[in-house]
Amino acid sequence: MNQQSFANTRRLTVFMLRLDRWRILIWLAALAFFTLVVPIAFSDLYPDQQDRNTMAQTMENPAMTAMVGPGALEDYTLGAMTAHQMLLLTAVIAGLMNILLMNRHTRSDEEDGRQELIRSLPVGKLSNLNASFNVLSLVNLLLAIITGLGLYALGFESMGLSGSLLYGLILGVTGMFFAGVTALMAQITENARTAFGFSMALLLIAYLIRAIGDVSNEALSWASPLGWVSGAEVYGGNNWWTLLLLAGSTIILMVLAFYLNAIRDLDAGFLPSRPGQKHASRRLLSPFGLAFRLQRTGIISWAIAMFLVGVSYGSVMGDLESFFKSNEAVRQVFGREEDASFTMQFVSVLMFVMALIATLPAVMAVLKLYGEEKRGRLDQLLGRAVSRKRMLTGYLIIAVMNGAVMLSLAVSGLWLAGASVTEEPFEFGKIFGAGLAYYPATLVMIGLGVFLIGFAPKLSSLVWLYLFYSFVVLYFGNLFQFSDWVSKLSPFGYIPELPVEEMKWLPILLLTIMAIGLMIAGVFGYRKRDIQGE
Amino acid sequence: MTLLKTENLTKKFGSFKAVDEINIDVKKGEVYGFIGPNGAGKSTTIRVLLGMLKATGGHASIFGKDVWRDAVDIHKRIAYVPGDVNLWPNLTGGEVIDLFMKLHGGAMNKQKRKELIQKFNFDPSKKCRTYSKGNRQKVSLIAAFASDADLYILDEPTSGLDPLMERTFQECVMKASSEGKSILLSSHILSEVERLCDRVGIIRDGHMIESGTLDELRHLTRTNLKVETKQNVNDLEDMEGVHNVARHEKMLSLQVDTESLDKVIRHVSQFGVLKLESAPPTLEDLFMRHYEGAGGES
Repeated sequence: MNQQSFANTRRLTVFMLRLDRWRILIWLAALAFFTLVVPIAFSDLYPDQQDRNTMAQTMENPAMTAMVGPGALEDYTLGAMTAHQMLLLTAVIAGLMNILLMNRHTRSDEEDGRQELIRSLPVGKLSNLNASFNVLSLVNLLLAIITGLGLYALGFESMGLSGSLLYGLILGVTGMFFAGVTALMAQITENARTAFGFSMALLLIAYLIRAIGDVSNEALSWASPLGWVSGAEVYGGNNWWTLLLLAGSTIILMVLAFYLNAIRDLDAGFLPSRPGQKHASRRLLSPFGLAFRLQRTGIISWAIAMFLVGVSYGSVMGDLESFFKSNEAVRQVFGREEDASFTMQFVSVLMFVMALIATLPAVMAVLKLYGEEKRGRLDQLLGRAVSRKRMLTGYLIIAVMNGAVMLSLAVSGLWLAGASVTEEPFEFGKIFGAGLAYYPATLVMIGLGVFLIGFAPKLSSLVWLYLFYSFVVLYFGNLFQFSDWVSKLSPFGYIPELPVEEMKWLPILLLTIMAIGLMIAGVFGYRKRDIQGE
Repeated sequence: MTLLKTENLTKKFGSFKAVDEINIDVKKGEVYGFIGPNGAGKSTTIRVLLGMLKATGGHASIFGKDVWRDAVDIHKRIAYVPGDVNLWPNLTGGEVIDLFMKLHGGAMNKQKRKELIQKFNFDPSKKCRTYSKGNRQKVSLIAAFASDADLYILDEPTSGLDPLMERTFQECVMKASSEGKSILLSSHILSEVERLCDRVGIIRDGHMIESGTLDELRHLTRTNLKVETKQNVNDLEDMEGVHNVARHEKMLSLQVDTESLDKVIRHVSQFGVLKLESAPPTLEDLFMRHYEGAGGES
C-alpha cells in the first residue's frame, strides 16, 4: 500500500462530514439526551438507597439479566443503576448508528455507482474507506466525550470522573467496533442490503450470546463484545482493560477491511453470488402475493421483535406488587385505582403500549403502497389487468392481518414470560382479551392510512403524527393530568382498560365501523385519483 | 379500424398544461411513432392512455372503451413498456417477468418467454438490483412481447439498449406488426421511428405540431441537394424556397422547399451540371426544423 492508495482522503472526509452533518448531529443529540436524562429521572424516582434496593430486587431475575446484563445489585447506587439499565442498550444503539453510517458510505455508495465517479478522479483506492473511518472515529469520539463528561457534569455522588469517562469511552469504542464490523462486511458482500443484514445479525448474535451467557454461563459472555461492555463494571469495578479488548479487536477489524478493500475489484465482493430463481413461485403471482413478498422479511423481523417486547415486559411482573407499594413516583405514572392490584394496572398500561407498537408495522404495511407509487413501480402493475381496488385491498389485507398477528404475539409473549416469573399467573384468556380489545383502534389507524392514500397521499405520514399524539396523551395522561377530551381525540382513548376496567362493547363496535368506513372511502378515493409517476 | 383514439385530449397539473388538445389515432396493424423532445408531454399522454392519470379535457378510448373507466378491461389486451423501468431490487428478473405475464392475464406462453430471453440474451436468474438500465428494459420488453396483446404501448423502450439489442427490439416490433398488432411507439431516436413507423405525430410543449405518414411530412419539408457545375451558379441565394446555401470549392450544397424544386433545378441546369446528388429530408431534419422554428417564435 503506497501513498497513492490514500490520496485525497482529507477532502473526502470533509465531504462526508458535509453530507452527514445533520444526520450525525441528530444521532449524537439523541444518544446524549437519553444517556443524560435517565440518571436525572432515576434520581427523582428513586431518591433513597431503600428505593433503589427495591428496584434491585425487581431486577434480580433471569429475564432482566438476559435483557440488560448483570449489574451491581448488591450495591445499587445511582451510578450502578444507570450503568446496569442503560449502558448495554445504549451501546447496542451506538452500534446500530455505526452500522448505518458506515454502510451508507461504503457499500451503498459503491452499489449506486457513486464511488465509481469518485474513484475516476485522482482519489486513492483506499481513500473512501479511510475517510469513512475518519468520519466515524470523529463521531464516536464526540459521543464518548459528550456522554462521558456530561454524566460527570450531572454531579451525582456515585458517578465519578473515572467511571463517567469509562462509560463514554465504552459507548464510543463499541460504536467503532461495529463500524469496523460493517466495513468488513461491506468488503465481503456485494450489496448494501446484505452488508447491513450481516452486520445487524452480528450485533444481534453478540447480544444473544451475551444474554445466554449472563443467565447461564459467565464464560460464554466473554465471547461477545457486548459481554465486555457489561464486564467493564462501570461505576463499580471500572475495569479499564475491557476497553483495550474492544479497541484491539476494532483495530484488527479495520486492518482486515483495508486489506480486503486493497485486493478486490470495485463493485466485487468475496461471497460468491448465487443465481436466484429463474421462475416465480406461484405464490408471488398476484398483487397480494407480490405485496406480501416485498414485506416478508420486515414482517418476520417485526413478529420476532413484538414477541420479545411482550416477553421483556412479562419478565418484570414477578416482584411488582412490593415494588409499586414502595414507590410513590412510579405509582403516579400508572395512575391509581384503589380496588385493582398494581400488577393489574401495570398490565393494562402495558396492553396499550404494546397495542400501539403493534400498530406501527400494520400502518407501515399499508403505507408501503404509496412508497411503491413514489418509486414509479405501480405503473407496470396497474398497466396490466390489475384494478386499483385489487391493488389497494392486497395491501390492506396484509395490514389488517399484520396488526392482529403482531398484537397476538406481543400479548402471548407477555403471558408466557409473566407466567414463568409469577406464582399466580393470569389466565391466558384474560390477558389475550385485554390486548385484543385494542385491535379496533389499530384498525382505525390502518383505515386512516387507506383514507389518506386514497385522497391525499402526500399527507399519508400524518398517521405517524396521530399515533405519536395517541402515545403521548395516553401514556403520560395520568402524569400530566390532561383533561378527558384530549385522550378522546385518539381512537386508543375509547378502549376499555382491561383488566382493570369492565369490558364495553359499544366503543369497540363504533371504532370498527369507523375503520371500515375509512377503508371503503379510501378505496373509493384511490380509484378516482391520478397515480404519481416517478 | 381505429384501435386507439384521442380527441382533444388535455391534461393539466394545476394551471400547467402538460398535454394540450392532442389528437391521435392508431389503426389496426399500424405502427404509430410518437416523437418529441424530453418533457414534451409524451409520457403524460401515455399515462393518461393507461388510466394512471385522469384526463382534464377531451376524450381517449382504446378498443372503443374509455381509458379511465374501463382500464382493467383494456389492459387485458395491451402490453406496456415504460421508459424508466423501476423494478424490485430483491426479486430476480425471471420472477418479475412471470409476475408481469401473470398479471396481464390469459395463458402464460412459456415457449415465447424462453425464445425472447434467448433473443435478448438475458440472464433471468439475477436480482433486479444488479441489472443495468438496458437489462431492466429487457425485463419489461420480454414480458410485453411474451404476452398476447393487440396493442403495444412502448414509451422510449430502447434508450438503454445496445445497437444489437435495438435491432432485436425492431425485429420484435416488425413481427408484431406483421401479425396485425398495433404499436404506439414513443421515441426520440428518430432513425428507429423512421425505420419502423407507418405514421408519426410530433409533439412539442404539449401540442401536436405535425402528424401524418412519413411521406406526407416529407412533402412539407426540404430536399437536400449537392451540385457541381461547370460555371459558378449565380443568384441562387435570392431565389424563393432556397435555404442554407454553402459552397465548398466547386461543390454547392443547399436545401430546397419541395414546391420550389422544379424551378431551382431548371435554374441550376443552365450552368452545366457535372454532378447532382439529392437526399430526401431525414426525420431529423424535419424534427429540427419544427423544433428550431417553434423555438424561434418564443
